[in-house]
Amino acid sequence: MKLKTILMAGAASAMMTSAALATDLTIVSWGGAYSNSQNEAYHKPYMAQNPDVTIINDESSAEAVAKLRAMNEAGNITWDLVDVLASDAIRLCDEGLAQEIDFDKELAPAPDGTPASEDFGDLIVADCFIPEIVYSTTFGYRTDNEAWKGKEPDDICDVFDLEAFPGKRALEKRPINNMEWALMCDGVAKEDIYDVLETDEGVARALAKLDTIKDQTVWWSAGAETPQLLADGEVAIGSTYNGRLFSLIEEQKQPVKILWDAQVFDLDGWIVPAGLSDERKAAVMDYLKFATDTQRLADQAKYISYGPARKSSAPLVGKHATLGIEMAPHMPTDPANAKNTFLYNYEWWADYRDDLDAKFQAWLSK
Amino acid sequence: MNMQPQSDPQVLTTRDGTPLKVSLAKALRREKLRSLALIAPLLIFILVTFAAPIADMLFRSVENGIVENTLPKTVNALSDWDVTSSQLPGEPVYKALYEDLKVATEEKTHTRLGSRLNYEASGMSSLFRKTGRRIKRMDEAGPFAEQFIDIDKDWGDLATWRLLKRYAPKYTPGYFLNAADAQLTADGIAMKPANERIYLLLFARTLFLSLTITLCCLLLGYPIAFLLASLPLRSANLLMILVLLPFWTSLLVRTSAWKVLLQQEGVINDFLVWIGVIGDASRLVMINNKTGTIIAMTHILLPFMILPLFSVMKTISPTYVRAAKSLGATDWTAFWRVYFPQTVPGIGAGAILVFILAIGYYITPELVGGTDGIFISNRIAYHISSSLNWGLAAALGVILLGAVLLLFYVYDKIVGIDNVKLG
Repeated sequence: MKLKTILMAGAASAMMTSAALATDLTIVSWGGAYSNSQNEAYHKPYMAQNPDVTIINDESSAEAVAKLRAMNEAGNITWDLVDVLASDAIRLCDEGLAQEIDFDKELAPAPDGTPASEDFGDLIVADCFIPEIVYSTTFGYRTDNEAWKGKEPDDICDVFDLEAFPGKRALEKRPINNMEWALMCDGVAKEDIYDVLETDEGVARALAKLDTIKDQTVWWSAGAETPQLLADGEVAIGSTYNGRLFSLIEEQKQPVKILWDAQVFDLDGWIVPAGLSDERKAAVMDYLKFATDTQRLADQAKYISYGPARKSSAPLVGKHATLGIEMAPHMPTDPANAKNTFLYNYEWWADYRDDLDAKFQAWLSK
Repeated sequence: MNMQPQSDPQVLTTRDGTPLKVSLAKALRREKLRSLALIAPLLIFILVTFAAPIADMLFRSVENGIVENTLPKTVNALSDWDVTSSQLPGEPVYKALYEDLKVATEEKTHTRLGSRLNYEASGMSSLFRKTGRRIKRMDEAGPFAEQFIDIDKDWGDLATWRLLKRYAPKYTPGYFLNAADAQLTADGIAMKPANERIYLLLFARTLFLSLTITLCCLLLGYPIAFLLASLPLRSANLLMILVLLPFWTSLLVRTSAWKVLLQQEGVINDFLVWIGVIGDASRLVMINNKTGTIIAMTHILLPFMILPLFSVMKTISPTYVRAAKSLGATDWTAFWRVYFPQTVPGIGAGAILVFILAIGYYITPELVGGTDGIFISNRIAYHISSSLNWGLAAALGVILLGAVLLLFYVYDKIVGIDNVKLG
């Protein structure tokens, strides 16, 4: 099967070679450790198979939505493939800035023949979006806190418990996740959270819960802030992406542990900009077929602790490339970590993001 | 050859008989055209790459063609429907909506309209996405109203139609109202509920903090510029390098350095606890609030105050102060009555420079400002890059630009813009 894939990729690239001798692919991603993991797992093997393709890395994912819209208005798309969060992918899809993908026709099936659309399953949240990794936003806490008298938080609501767990908190400067956690700890059942949050009273209730820790909270906007705050002892407990906590704990050996309870799953993946020429689109799709297959997604987990988006990749996840530790227990999707989880509700937030953001920012500035 | 009558001796003419005035004017015009041609490349460059994009961006603050472009027939059919009526629009409107949405779904513009209207009312985004998905399965024979309400009950809600009707015109004051914490309701313009107001507060804070930062820069920069101007050349050069050094360090590095210094477990707090000024439990909060923004931005903008001050002070001859003193003035009088007034143009230039730079800053406030130290530019950046509400971002930008121009005008009236010197 794999040989066949390689042969097919080879044949496709041979066909392209006749059309254009050298192909440049501009791939946009987040930079840092994340781009590095893509480079090792996808770019390098792909370029080894296709010597005529050069991959150019652009680290603009953080501004990708605005830049793609500007490029589209100017009628000059300079990117071939963009790594974005699922919520941004939905926005891009809505705005007609990303191409729709036919999962079964354009992507490789799982090694056992399961079509791609089934292999990705529920993680296909938009027609334009090919999921790549599952990451989670969760809490890290310092283990050397004397005021906690040897106790360690094991419940999301411990974040709101200033008596048992005194100390500063770090939360993201936006409503998403914070509102859900607040309601959850205010006694709302998990399945009712979004219904409650749709009402003005629900928003007031969530903000009132957040009010109880507001003067103890440092608000972050970049994922790197919480690890720094935890490492400096500036906060006792703070939310961030699980991959950042992994490198803080395993690579920098800080006395920090992860509170996995009520972690919020989110997706990151690829979109192909709308309006590419047929030739460029063919080159991108060839790369995508390779980079999103079962083995490649599993390979990426050797370099970063994010879970592969394909079901068939999970059993293939091995050891970290340099640290040599087993990666599976560090994945947010590991059964031991995923006892109580939350999946970012994309549809709901697409509707309420603007409104809640205005209310949340007004609340913050008070 | 000389056909011109010499009858009017008052009119001076050139040799070929044209009046001197005309001929001079022609020569001058040629001169002007030539100079215009010389600056034309720069002028065209600025117009094309700077003025036009800004004008285009600002125009978005009122532009609202998307509703009419996406739903032309519906907008037309809605023109008979009264926005204050308590009846849903009739079947023809729903039929027009079906026809419009069918085209829009094919061109995939319906979701774009959905996200535009979602800025005004939550739920529009999924309403249009959902309707677009189901439009192909609708019965072309009608009745359309029932089918639409069957897809989503919001189509049977008066609020949806009032919203469509209100935002149907090509130009809208909606973004500007939003930017002033107001909104368009059925009964006209009204302020938003108190828990959603934020922009006026942010505008006021931006102006207040920028003025504070300008003042801090002046208080800190004046003595340094004075020292620079009065020291011998060699030590002045060394000092100058120290002033310029921060310029060569990345903005992010400098901002992060302030975090390390100012945070509660940071260097300054540790030192104060160590010497016993404050207790370990009462460490000062100096970052992630207004104080952090003021300290970090004063440091970053200080060179912009020092340099104009220095170059103005450099031109002030020391003989004036000496003369004042020889006439019996005390040190203070000599400084305040003789030296200081001569440095006012430098203060003006430095203050304008620092203030205008401060008012548009957003990276530093975002990183060290916490919740009460962020600026209006942080919201503009959010709406440009994250929420994609460019209309609102443009409206906020127009208001900020207007405020700066107004302040500039007031400054000109009080201090006089020709009283500003960079050296």
